[in-house]
Amino acid sequence: MPEEGAILPLEVRGLGLAFGPRPALKEVTFALGPRGLTVVLGANGAGKSLLLRILHGLLPPGRGEIRWNGRPPGPAVWRRQAMVFQSPVLLRRSVAANIAFALAARGLPRAERRRRLAAALEGCGLDGLARRPARRLSGGEQQRVALARALALEPELLLLDEPTASLDPAATRAIESLLLRARDAGTRIVLVTHDVAQARRLAEEVIFLHAGRVIEQAPAAAFFAAPRSAAARAYIEGRLPA
Amino acid sequence: MEDLGAAFGLALELMAAGDPELVGIVRLSLAVSLTAVAIACLLGMPLGALLASVPFRGRGAAIVFLDALMGLPPVVVGLFVYILLSNAGPLGALRLLYTPAAMILAQTILVTPIVAALSRELLAGLQEEYADQLRSLGIGPWRAIPTLLWEGRFGLATAALAGFGRAIAEVGAVMIVGGNIKHATRVMTTAIALETSKGEIALALALGLVLLALALFVTGAAALLRETAARLAHA
Repeated sequence: MPEEGAILPLEVRGLGLAFGPRPALKEVTFALGPRGLTVVLGANGAGKSLLLRILHGLLPPGRGEIRWNGRPPGPAVWRRQAMVFQSPVLLRRSVAANIAFALAARGLPRAERRRRLAAALEGCGLDGLARRPARRLSGGEQQRVALARALALEPELLLLDEPTASLDPAATRAIESLLLRARDAGTRIVLVTHDVAQARRLAEEVIFLHAGRVIEQAPAAAFFAAPRSAAARAYIEGRLPA
Repeated sequence: MEDLGAAFGLALELMAAGDPELVGIVRLSLAVSLTAVAIACLLGMPLGALLASVPFRGRGAAIVFLDALMGLPPVVVGLFVYILLSNAGPLGALRLLYTPAAMILAQTILVTPIVAALSRELLAGLQEEYADQLRSLGIGPWRAIPTLLWEGRFGLATAALAGFGRAIAEVGAVMIVGGNIKHATRVMTTAIALETSKGEIALALALGLVLLALALFVTGAAALLRETAARLAHA
């Protein structure tokens, strides 16, 4: 199904970014395989969101190298991705129109747009809300619409930046189960969170970011059982920094 | 002025009877100003969206310039259009001076910066909110323009109303390029100025009441729009 070849695996080497004198990302090096759900974990200000935005082409990398299946970043790569932001940015239209808008922006043929819209509404439990003004919905419902919109694009890689940070437990659970379902269907997922419990629930692999550096990248079970760094140990034990 | 009460009564009588002169003046006023505002919206709203969405060198200066144009004095616009359309002017051959077309041109020049500047301000706020999401969907700054215009539709309608309020109430520009010719280019504001100076308070007062009613209508429509937008949570 990939029309221009897959964008994964991803290789990132020596990525750096600085705003002013203080570096926000330093020597970030990691790789992403073609399947599964990776959680990028770390405290506020660790550089998680910046990293995600660079991968999605919203921020230019300061230095370093990014290779998507051997190719440099560019619009052809970013088209194969979708991103869900911390606070859902929905258009002033109905739920269905929000999803249809994203599909039209991709330039998909009409029949394909209709098929994907129906599938996204049904898959995310939004059938009953399709005609409602999107911005009238609750925060949890709005984020579900944002996720449905992203999934409708059938991305190879889905990026999520703290998607449940401002949601209650029930809404969080709805989002998480949709993510697991998407993962099982073959969507590669990278989720940024500062929430250790969420990382434990979802992660197959963890990238731990601390002060702009990748401190650890490990399978989730190994990471939570025996974190190698003191910073990661402190973080998952929930110790507050002195 | 000795009998304001009688003049007021006469004004109401003129309005109630649908006095042909009064009706003609009101209709021309509306035709000129609505046309000017329509053109101003067609030009000004996309211009505002462009300035809100597309970064380019000198954009900051362009925005300051546009904001400054909002305060154009109508008489200066009138003078400018007069020079343009006068026999010796560059567009003199069109013979448009002292016609409604000249008045429409003058009001369009007056109102376009207002509509454009208000639109830009509104859409810049929307752009800030949407920029990342639109880019994520592969929509660049140029393609974002129609999206921003549609997303800002309620606010833009308020900008159009503000432009209409300015156009219908101005006197300087239409006076200079229209000439206040009876049955040809006489509009509410120029008629009020003339009738008052002649001491014909009744017609002036009747026209003044119509203008007031229009101002109320514009304010009411703007409030209604805001309320509708809020109700649909589209604001």
